[in-house]
Amino acid sequence: MAAADELAFHAEFEEATNLLAQTPDAAITRSDQLTPQGHVAVVMDSGGSYGADDEVESDKAALLQEEKQQPGFWTFGYYQSFFDVDTSQVLDRIKGSLLPRPGHNFVRHHLRNRPDLYGPFWICATLAFVLAITGNLTLVLAQRRDPSIHYSPQFHKVTVAGITIYCYAWLVPLALWGFLRWRRGVRERVGPYTFLETVCVYGYSLFVFIPTVLWLIPVPWLQWLFGALALALSAAGLVFTLWPVVREDTRLAATVLLSTVVLLHTLLAMGCKFYFFQPLPLEHVAPPHQAMSQPPNTLPPTLPRSMAT
Amino acid sequence: MRSRVREFDSSTLNESVQNTIMRDLKAVGKKFMHVLYPRKSNTLLRDWDLWGPLILCVTLALMLQRGSVDSEKDGGPQFAEVFVIVWFGAVTITLNSKLLGGNISFFQSLCVLGYCILPLTVAMLVCRLVLLAELGPINFMVRFFVVIVMFAWSIVASTAFLADSQPPNRKALAVYPVFLFYFVISWMILTFTPQ
Repeated sequence: MAAADELAFHAEFEEATNLLAQTPDAAITRSDQLTPQGHVAVVMDSGGSYGADDEVESDKAALLQEEKQQPGFWTFGYYQSFFDVDTSQVLDRIKGSLLPRPGHNFVRHHLRNRPDLYGPFWICATLAFVLAITGNLTLVLAQRRDPSIHYSPQFHKVTVAGITIYCYAWLVPLALWGFLRWRRGVRERVGPYTFLETVCVYGYSLFVFIPTVLWLIPVPWLQWLFGALALALSAAGLVFTLWPVVREDTRLAATVLLSTVVLLHTLLAMGCKFYFFQPLPLEHVAPPHQAMSQPPNTLPPTLPRSMAT
Repeated sequence: MRSRVREFDSSTLNESVQNTIMRDLKAVGKKFMHVLYPRKSNTLLRDWDLWGPLILCVTLALMLQRGSVDSEKDGGPQFAEVFVIVWFGAVTITLNSKLLGGNISFFQSLCVLGYCILPLTVAMLVCRLVLLAELGPINFMVRFFVVIVMFAWSIVASTAFLADSQPPNRKALAVYPVFLFYFVISWMILTFTPQ
C-alpha cells in the first residue's frame, strides 16, 4: 500500500514539475487537499486569472498594512481613535455599569475591546460639578432652616471636587494596571486589561454617583441608604469586572487586590459625603466653641472685681 | 483676530483708526444680532472673530465680582476662575467636538461658544438690577426664571450653529458638554449674591 502511494505521489510530482515548467507563475496543489477556491482557479488557467489572484492578494496585503499602521501618538488621529463611539454605545455602556451582573464582564461584554475616553472624561467632569453644586445647595437648604449659618457660594469646592475625582479616576486605574501587569510577570496565565480599559471601567463605574443629588433630602437614614446603594452597585461592577483576571492568581493576592479596590471606592464615597454634604454639624460645633471660649476670658477680670468688692 | 479675508486688503492700512474700530465693532454687533435671533446662517462660522467672546467674558467676570471678600475660601468665583472656566471650557468642548469627528474648525467653534454667552451676560445684568431691590423669595423666583430662559436661549443658539457639523449618530455626544458648560455658567450667575 505504501509503495503504491509512493508511486502515485511520484507520478503526481512529475506532473506537477511538468506543469511548473510550462507555467512558472501558477500555484500547484493536490486536488484532494482542501484548498480555497482562489487557488484552484489559479491552477486551471494561470494566464487569465493571475491578475485576479494578484488583486485579491494585494487587497489582503493592503488591509493588513492598514491595520498594522497605527498613527503615532503625536498625531491627532491617534487620539481620535479613542473617541470613536456613538451615542447609543455610550448609553449602552452606562447602562451596563449601572446594572452589574455576576457573569457579565463589563470589559468583554460592553467595551468589546474598544475602550473610549469620552465616557470617563465627561462622567468625571459631570460628577465634579454635581458634587460642588449639590454641596452648595445643601448649604442653602441648611441656611433656610437655620438663619444663623452664613451662606456663601463656595467656589473653591469646584476646584477641590475636580481635582479629587480626576485624580481618583485616572491614578487608581494606573496603579491597578501596573499591579496587574506585575502579577502577569509572576503568573503567566493572568491576562490583564489594557490601561484604557481599566480607565473606562473606573470612569463608567463613577456614573452611579451622579444621582446622589438625592442626598439633598435631609433625612439622615435615607442619605445613608442611597450612599450604601450607590457604593454597592459601583463596587460590585468593579469586582465583577476584575474577578476573571484575578481568580487565576493566588488567593492572597486576589483578596488583597479586590479588598483594596473596594476600600478605595468606599473612602472616596465617604470623603465626598463628609466634605460636600455636611454643613450642619460643623456649623453647630463652631458656635458652642465660641460660647465656651468666651467665659474663660471674661471670668478672670470679673473675679478680682468681685474679690475687691 | 480678524478673518483672513480682511488681511489681504492692504488699503485698510491707510484708513483712520476710527474706521477700523467701527468696522470691527459693526462685525461684532452683527454677530450679536445673529445670536439673539438664531437662524440657520453661516455668518458666525464664516467670519469668525474672538473680540466678541473676549468682551463678553470680561464683562461677565467683572459683574461676578463682589465688593469685598471675607476670606479666600468663602466667596464666589474670582475673576481668574470665571475666565479659566469660560476659555478652558470652550477649548475642551471644541477639542471634544473635533475628536468625535466634527468638521468645524477650532476657532470657529470657539467663536460660536463665546458669542452664545451673550444671553447669559444679559441675564447677569438683569440679575444685578433685580438684586438692587429687596431680597426674598419673589426676588429669587424672578432671577431663576430669567436665568432659565437665557440658559435655554444660549443652548438653542449654539446648537443651531454647532449641531450640523457632527455626524447624526453623535450629535448628542457633542451637545451634552455644551449643555454642561452653559449650566455651570448659569449656576454661577444664579448663586451670585452681593455682599
